[in-house]
Parts: sequence; C-alpha cells; structure tokens
Amino acid sequence: MRTVIAASGLVKNFGRTRALDGLDLEVRAGEVHGFLGPNGAGKSTTIRILLGLLRADGGSVRLLDGDPWQDAVQLHRRLAYVPGDVTLWPNLTGGEIIDLLGRLRGGLDRQRREEMIKRFDLDPTKKGRAYSKGNRQKVVLIAALASGAELLLLDEPTSGLDPLMEEVFRECVDQLRDEGRTVLLSSHVLAEVEALCDRVSIIRKGRNVESGTLADLRHLTRTTVSAETTEPVVLAGLTGVHELPLDGHGGPSTELHRVHVQVDPAVLPAVLQRLTDAGVRSLTSRPPTLEELFLRHYGIDEPAEATS
Amino acid sequence: MSPFAGTGMLVRAAVRRDRIQLIAWVAGLLLLLLSTASSFSSLYPTVDDRLAVARSIETTPSFRALYGVVYNPTSLGSLVAWRLVGGLVLGLGLMNLLLTVRHTRGDEESGRAELIGAGAVGRLAPIASAFALTGLANLAFVVIAAVGLTAMGLGAAGSLALPLTVAVAGWVFAGVAALTAQLARTARGAGGLAGAALGLAYLLRVAGDAGNGVLSWLSPMGWAQQTRAFADERWWLPALSLAVAGVFAAAAVAMAARRDLGAGVLPDRAGRATAAPSLSGPFGLAWRLQRGVLIGWAAGFAAVGAVVGAIAKDVGSFVDNSPQMADYIRQIGGEDAIVDAYVSAVLGLLAMAAAGYVLQATLRIRGEETSTRAEQVLAGSVSRWSWAAGHVVCAAVGTAVVLAAAGVTMGLAHGLRTGDVAGQLPRLVESALVQVPAAWVLGGLAILLIGFAPRALALAWAALGAVILIGWIGPALELPQAVLDVSPFTHTPLFPLTDVTWTPLVLLAAVAAALALAGLSGLRRRDLGP
Repeated sequence: MRTVIAASGLVKNFGRTRALDGLDLEVRAGEVHGFLGPNGAGKSTTIRILLGLLRADGGSVRLLDGDPWQDAVQLHRRLAYVPGDVTLWPNLTGGEIIDLLGRLRGGLDRQRREEMIKRFDLDPTKKGRAYSKGNRQKVVLIAALASGAELLLLDEPTSGLDPLMEEVFRECVDQLRDEGRTVLLSSHVLAEVEALCDRVSIIRKGRNVESGTLADLRHLTRTTVSAETTEPVVLAGLTGVHELPLDGHGGPSTELHRVHVQVDPAVLPAVLQRLTDAGVRSLTSRPPTLEELFLRHYGIDEPAEATS
Repeated sequence: MSPFAGTGMLVRAAVRRDRIQLIAWVAGLLLLLLSTASSFSSLYPTVDDRLAVARSIETTPSFRALYGVVYNPTSLGSLVAWRLVGGLVLGLGLMNLLLTVRHTRGDEESGRAELIGAGAVGRLAPIASAFALTGLANLAFVVIAAVGLTAMGLGAAGSLALPLTVAVAGWVFAGVAALTAQLARTARGAGGLAGAALGLAYLLRVAGDAGNGVLSWLSPMGWAQQTRAFADERWWLPALSLAVAGVFAAAAVAMAARRDLGAGVLPDRAGRATAAPSLSGPFGLAWRLQRGVLIGWAAGFAAVGAVVGAIAKDVGSFVDNSPQMADYIRQIGGEDAIVDAYVSAVLGLLAMAAAGYVLQATLRIRGEETSTRAEQVLAGSVSRWSWAAGHVVCAAVGTAVVLAAAGVTMGLAHGLRTGDVAGQLPRLVESALVQVPAAWVLGGLAILLIGFAPRALALAWAALGAVILIGWIGPALELPQAVLDVSPFTHTPLFPLTDVTWTPLVLLAAVAAALALAGLSGLRRRDLGP
C-alpha cells in the first residue's frame, strides 16, 4: 500500500524546548489515521511541519512523495487543512472564506460546497467575526471537505462542534474513506477516533509511543477480567497481573470470592487456568478501551473503577 | 461587586504590558518640547528678535494656520507654545487614543476582555483602567515637562500651563476613543474613527486660525492654544478640556455599562454568500484586507492637502517681514520661493505620515501570521513569496496613492486660488510623488524585520519616531549632517523648490527594494507561527 505521509526521527526545537524528539509517523493511502497525544505532545507541530510552515531540525519527512518544505506549493494543491484553533478574517463572510480557501487550493466543487453548507447548517452570509467557535470551525471544515483534496490534515477539527455536527462530521469522514481519500485526524475525542480510524498513532513528549490498528494496540494491552469463584484464587507468583479494587456490585453477603484484575496478554492463559481451578461461577472479560490505552501511554494511572 | 472592581490591578497589568511603549511616547514628546525650547532660545535670543518674528507670523495667514497665533511676542515660552501646541496635542492625542483602543475594544476583540471579565473584575474596570493608564502617562509628561521648562528659565506659570493644557486637550481623545470603542466592533474601526476625530480637530483649528478664529473654538487644539501659555494664562481652558474629556468618558461608560461584551452599537449586516471573482489568490485577498485602510488614509491626506493648498498663496507675504523666520523656513524647507518651501515642508511632514501608513500596511503581514490566518492561506497552493508580496505591493502602491491624493487636492485648491489649475495640479502631484521613495524605505525596514526579527517589530515604529524627530527638529538643532543623513527623508529633493534630482530618488527606491527583498527571502526561510 502506498505511503502518503512518512516521517521518521523528526526533531523540532523551539529555543530550548524540544517539541519533537524523534517522532515517526506513517500514514497509508486511503486510511483514516488517528493522531493522539496529550496537550503539548507535538501533534500540531507535526502537522505544521507537514504543511511546510515549520522546518524540521532533524529526521526526514515525505508527504505525497514530495518534500513538504521545498514542494509546498505543488503539494498543497492535493491537500486540505483544518486548524484546531480557527481564526477567520473578521470582515469576510463565511461564504467568501470558503470560496477563497478553495480558490487558493486551486478550485472547489460547487455542488459539494452547497451540500456541505446544508449538512453542517451554516449561514454563509455572516461576517467572520460574528461566528462562534464551532461555526468558525465549520467554515474551514466545509472548505476542506468540499475540496477535491486527496489528503486531509485535520487538527482537532471537532473540538468546537456540538454532538449533532460531530455526527455529520463522522458521516463525512466515512464518505471520504469510501472515496479513497486519506485523512490524518488529530483528536482528543476518543470515541470519534475509535469509530473512524483504521490506524492510530499515539505520541507523547514529541515521541511516538504506539502505532498500529486498534486491534494491534489492544493486543499489546491488558484485558480486564472480573470473576466470581467458589474457592479463593491464588494469583500470587504470576507477573503481569494487576489487582483492581473490588467494586460494590454483588454485595457483601455473597459467599463467592470475587476477583477483579487487569492481565497482560502473556499471562492470560495462566490466569484463566487458575480461575478454573478455583471453581469459576461467572466470568467477564473486556478488551481495553482506547481511553485506557490512552491513559496508560499518557502516564496517568488507569481508572480505579473498571466495569464490565 | 462594584462595576469598577479590579481597576487598580488592570492598570498595573497595563503598565507592565506597555512599559516600553509608554516610555517611548512620553520621552519622544518631551524630547520634542525641550529641544525645541532650547533651539528657540538660541534662534531668538533677544526680545527684538522675538518681536520681529512674531510680527511676521501675525501678518501671514498660512503661518497662523499651520501653528496658530503668538500671544506674547516678548516671551520665548510663548513662541515655543506657538510652534508646538498643535503638534503636542496631535502627538498626545494619538498616544491616548491608541492606548485607549488597545485596552478596551482591542482586548474585547482578542477575547482577553472575556477572560478578565470572568474574574472578580467589574464591567467598567477595563474602560476605567484605560483612562487611568492614559492619565498617568499624561501626568508624567506634564510633571517632567514643567520641571524641564522651568529649569530652562521659562516662567513657572507658563511652564506648567503649556504641558498641562496640551495634555488635557490630548486626553479628550482618550475620551473620544473610549466612545468609538463602544460604537465600532473592531479595534481598527474604533482607532480609525477616533483618528478621524483627531484629524478633524486639527483641520478645524487650521481653518479657524486662517480665518476669523471661530472654528478654532470647536477644537481641543484651539482650546490648548487659547490657554495662552506664557501670556496671561487662562486656566479655565484646560478645565474645559478636562470637562469635555469627562463628558466623552461618561458617555462611553454609560454605553459600556449597557451593552453586551463584544457587541458594537452598529449592527452587523449580512454579507455575500459567495465570494466575488476578485477575491481570489493571494493578491485578491491582500487587496481586500488592505483597501479599507488605504481608503481611510487617502481621504485624510486629501483633506489635509485641500486645506494646505487653500492657504498656500498667503505664505508669500511673509518673507519680507522677517529674515529670521525666512532663515528658519529655509532650514526646514529650502531656499528659493517661499511658497514652494512651504509646500515642500508640508509635503515632507505628510511623507512621514505616509511612512506611518506604509508601516501599518506592511506589518499586516505579521498580523496575518500571528493570528494564524496566514496558515490557512499557505495551506493552499500559495507560496510564501506571493502571500507576502500581495501585501507589499498594496503597501507600495498605496503609499503613492495616499501622497498623490494630497497632491491632487493641494494642486486643485492652490490652482483655484492662483487661477492656474493646469499648472499647479501636475506640479504639486509630482511634488507629492517625489516623497514616495523615502517612505518606502521605512516599509522596506519593516519587511526586513518581519523576515529576520519578527518579535522586534516595534523597532520599525521606533525608527519612524526617530526619523520624525530628525526631520522636525534636526535642522533647527543644527545636528551634524551625518545624523540628518540617517533619515531617508533628508535625501528627498525639495521639489518644487528645487529641480527633481533623480539620483537620490532612484537610490532610495533601490534601498527600499533591497530591504524588502532581503526581508522576503528571510520570511521564506524561517518558521512561521505566532
């Protein structure tokens, strides 16, 4: 499969701050790629390098088989960008801005423009200064979605949208995927990433900590297991088993022993064996949510309460 | 919570934020005042010298128009007041209106006011802190100037009256700006309206003093002059200025107390749903963003040109009366026909104002960058070169348009009075256009800074301030030629006084182009971002 974005070992310093510290990112043609990381992890810096606004201090980066810094003008005919924090020209109307951004890219599909304005329920006659944050974001989103761009770089594009509009956005991204276009979606909305993205890259402090399909990532991560057994379960001696506090469900009166643990993939068979030995009465297991993946990589403890 | 709660805190924050700007404004205007006083004491050392020059001023409407009336011909201080009151009110008024807009509508537009308003800060604290801030700056000016003038041996009453009356007259424009900040929705709009009021005050004073003086009474600048510092001071006039400033302030406060944050009084109309074909490409966008500013400047220049042209004919009667003043005119303007010297001197001042336009227009490039709007343009198929060049071309052509506007109205007005429109119009338009390359040099400097030192853009304004000081008082102070030569305006030929010499014009244009090209190449190489 063709690679649309290939960055390896990207380094970017701002004064003494190291924003990117050897970042790798690979986005393949036709996929919707989730780009996750805590605030300040370097997501926007990466996107700005991909746009040729910043020059990387180290590493290599290719975008659509070109150099994003050298070939910016040619490459930008083929991509569209939605910034996370949209500032509009205060005295241009939304409609004018949509047309302007389209023309700067080399044209936009008029029919699609009208369709998107209708779907996102935008009043294009308002002045830029009069829009709310969500509406400002819609203006730029419409301009990007109505373009024929083969690559879309979306930097937290739904941070100001209401749930209805978020749903419209998801439909639009699905449509883009069906049309074979590539999307790099930086987002904090994990449900959105889980619903939309084929593959995910998680970065932290300017480094790539994980990337792959959601299934791949889950495979690497602990499964939550809750069970009730007739005998006490002996899990001591197994590495890779992490006890979770027991929740209140079931009540104290029960005579069954309850177990609530997170288990690394390698020891899952051994844990199941011991549960069986202890006379398992009920068992639920659940793959980690993206949120758990996310929190783990962000270095915050997993939530104390894990429900099945 | 009191509507003024938190004002003191906001004032301290504003002083911290603007400390360099405040010092530059106050120090620059003090330098202008004190150095002029010292140069006049060597130009007109005796009472006879002063009487002679005052007599000639009295009989020359155009000089009365430019600078007003000398109220006490025997006093050195009165001559200083005659020469500077208008300019100081203009300078202080500009300082007050810019600071006021910045801390009221400017903060509202950027969203900072929302953040501040969410704290334990009263609704009226921002506007009150703007008045306090400008009040403190004016107070500093008054105190230092009064001490300085007294120390130079000028009378104590006049030494206080002069800075006090110009400061309160200038403070009226803090009130005006506070009011326009309620009316307009953007800082640029509020500043433009207040600036137009300041220009109107100047023109009323000019037209009044050229005629029977009635119109001057409609202008705070007129009140400042009528205070008659160093000539039997009328202290009730500064009090009048203060009262008028208070009326504007009260009106602004009343509006601010009633309206929503972020809203203007003038409603937004719906606009086009689709873009006109002209709004296309980086040049189309740059023109769209720049045209409003250009139209405003050109209108202002046209108005000044008309007034100056209308009174130019009267300057001729002056030269016979006062050899000293004629010397002075030659120093600031040239050495041949005195009307031409006058026109050329006025155009020299306008050229420096036009440099202000060039800076405003070119610095828009950086404004687009820091607002991140540039990112959206450059994410399109647009090179940095053409993105920036759109603004540069607008600024360069705009400079010529602005100055030509003054030349056209000046030529028409002067031509109508002398019955020689066909001769004066092209001649004065050419005189105005001769000033263009020197103004471009400051634009070139701004672009250079944008390319290589985008965080030091205040240097561009500092350079303009330095150039204005050199042009205004440099010759009178008999500064060494090497210092005068630093200013590009020193090299502009004094046409129509002398022939147009092309070499300095071509060189100035070449310097401007080289600076701009270097700046643009720096802009292409550096990281973009706020």
